[in-house]
Amino acid sequence: MDLTLTPEEQAFRDEVREFLKTSLPEDLALKGENLEELSKSDVERWHAILNARGWLAVTWPVEYGGTGWTAVERNIFEEECAMANAPRIVPFGLNMLGPVLIKFGSEEQKAEILPRILDGTDWWCQGYSEPGAGSDLASLKTRAVRDGDEYVINGQKTWTTLGQYANKIFCLVRTATEGKPQQGISFVLVDLDTPGIEMRPIRLLEGGHEVNEVFFTDARVPVANLVGEENQGWTIAKYLLTHERTNIAGVGFSTRDLAKLKRLTEAVKRNGRPLAEDPVFMGKIYELEADLEALRITNMRMLQQAKDGAAPGAESSMLKIKGTVIRQAIGSLYRTALGPQAAPFEADGIDFGIPTEAMYATAAYFNNRKLSIYGGSNEIQRNIIAKGMFGG
Amino acid sequence: MDFKHTEDRRMLGDSLRRYLTDKYDIEHRNKSAYSAPFHDPGTWQELAELGILSALVPPANGGFGGEGFDISVVFEEFGRALCAEPMLATLLGLNLLCRYEQQELVNELMAGTRKVAVAVFEPDNSDSLTDLQTTAEQSGDSWLLNGTKSVVYGAPTADLFVVLASDGGLYLTEDGEVAGYAMIDGGGAGQVTFDATPATQLTDDGVADVEAALDAGRLALCAEAVGAMDVLLAMTVEYLSQRQQFGTVIATFQALQHRTVDMAVEVEQCRSITTLAASKLDTPERARYVAMAKNLIGRGATLVGEEATQLHGGIGMTWEYAGSHYAKRLIMIDHQLGDRFIQQQRMAS
Repeated sequence: MDLTLTPEEQAFRDEVREFLKTSLPEDLALKGENLEELSKSDVERWHAILNARGWLAVTWPVEYGGTGWTAVERNIFEEECAMANAPRIVPFGLNMLGPVLIKFGSEEQKAEILPRILDGTDWWCQGYSEPGAGSDLASLKTRAVRDGDEYVINGQKTWTTLGQYANKIFCLVRTATEGKPQQGISFVLVDLDTPGIEMRPIRLLEGGHEVNEVFFTDARVPVANLVGEENQGWTIAKYLLTHERTNIAGVGFSTRDLAKLKRLTEAVKRNGRPLAEDPVFMGKIYELEADLEALRITNMRMLQQAKDGAAPGAESSMLKIKGTVIRQAIGSLYRTALGPQAAPFEADGIDFGIPTEAMYATAAYFNNRKLSIYGGSNEIQRNIIAKGMFGG
Repeated sequence: MDFKHTEDRRMLGDSLRRYLTDKYDIEHRNKSAYSAPFHDPGTWQELAELGILSALVPPANGGFGGEGFDISVVFEEFGRALCAEPMLATLLGLNLLCRYEQQELVNELMAGTRKVAVAVFEPDNSDSLTDLQTTAEQSGDSWLLNGTKSVVYGAPTADLFVVLASDGGLYLTEDGEVAGYAMIDGGGAGQVTFDATPATQLTDDGVADVEAALDAGRLALCAEAVGAMDVLLAMTVEYLSQRQQFGTVIATFQALQHRTVDMAVEVEQCRSITTLAASKLDTPERARYVAMAKNLIGRGATLVGEEATQLHGGIGMTWEYAGSHYAKRLIMIDHQLGDRFIQQQRMAS
């Protein structure tokens, strides 16, 4: 039993830290620390820096220009990035489509598309959910009907994250209606310039524009844009969910957020005393700290199991549940610690006597309610674990 | 990073599990755990012969363990079997006596020929080492103890007491008037009164050592909880999978599935924090990580105990059902050596 990193892993962590210290632009780190929204060019700048270092495609094998990292190395990288307030790698092209193409794509698709993901030529977004197909994704209705060497797509996708920056979208579409719903789904690549596609913003409760809905009206897409076989889309989607998920536990984010919360308790007052002197409030923080330390180990245990060849399944669902619950609880305490000063919505230029890094905390709290909803809601994760426990 | 125990510790755990599975079923346990002397002397002797007590003692004192992971391996198996033998008392006593050149006593304790109990807390002070009322007064070469100690685990069966007095000194005596009792979750404890009781002084400043010994005890309780949680979770899954209502097994009901999953997630978290605390037991960060572990175990074990009772319905309320005794133990572990709120405060310092 040894809970420390191997010397190689420690050296790797030091290398990542050194890289972040020298290569992460200060303005991006500051935006991260203050939870400010990142622009498209902010993200592209960071992607380009990572790509120049060869550290952008963390889930790809080396032969395709990826890092070839183990799950443990990937985890170290992601934790260090989070704690340094680096922008999060936008996952749709890099961590979702990339691995799918590497596993299911044709040689032509790999040769054409992967380099364009790496160099930022293409910004991919995801077309999975529909208004009537959320947790029950297999009930999706967007139709792709074959017409010669084209698919004609009609339907609507939703919750398309950062679609406003994208020029491409990968979609799950229905190519057959007979048999089980899962059997008639295909995975297709679509150029957003295609006539008949319209993207509309969805404003979220905190006011931000992060997600979109995408409408398809007789949009014509070459059949060559199919990934894998026709009607194999569900297999591809499941592969993505079980094998290529990174940073599920979000330990790095929670570590960063908990440190911020502790800083905040020194800076704000309750009943005229620093909040840090309130044992009831602090007790809640200490319990979250214990939860987070346990999660750090649970995460490492499960990464180790994956490294030893165990198939991921219930483990990643557990990490998702506990990781999001902890992160949301930290955010909730942060919001509470701000007291009435948590409320200002749009109030530039007024000094509320709270730290700059707390300015967008309430918006972030509301935005982070998504954590337990997206990527398979926590209830769906419980269903997955229960299936393993009870069979059936 | 490596989450596998050493070969030696795996063998220790395996042999203890085999012994307890073969010789210590729940009926046997319940027969001995709730009535005087609140344990089974035959079992204790066999545990000593198996070398389980020596696993709690470092090699320098003639044992073959004594580290955090030795403690966690032994107590996790105790938890799995719900073993009510006075192992916690013995761990505390051995931990202290090994520090004070009491090799002969250590040998006797490892052999199971003597039993020790550590008397720290008092009726008016059941959770801190300050403001103790029990006094030690020098009288020639000897010392005289006066006062009443409470929450003395293993007291009913002990023939040796290690006593923390108000001066911070640590004393050793064979006498003391024990008012023993069974705990609601099994096993014995006692209130011990000293009335001009002769004793020898082990040290004149034992507070830090007692804190360290108590942390070893807290780790042991955490590991015991993890073992018991594992078993109770499995019992719950099995029960839900065979109990039929509304024409189907109730394991098909999502409300019950999700509650069971939440138990399973907590079990993994509790296992993780206990592993972490075990790795820190002999480091300067000991107190902080043990406090974290005992806090999380206090919450997690209570959740698993209460939820298992709920999910079992009426059967979980019965004395006859083994699961009810596991649930009791899991809930009462929070009460031993500082509950989750006290551990919160320890994390603050």
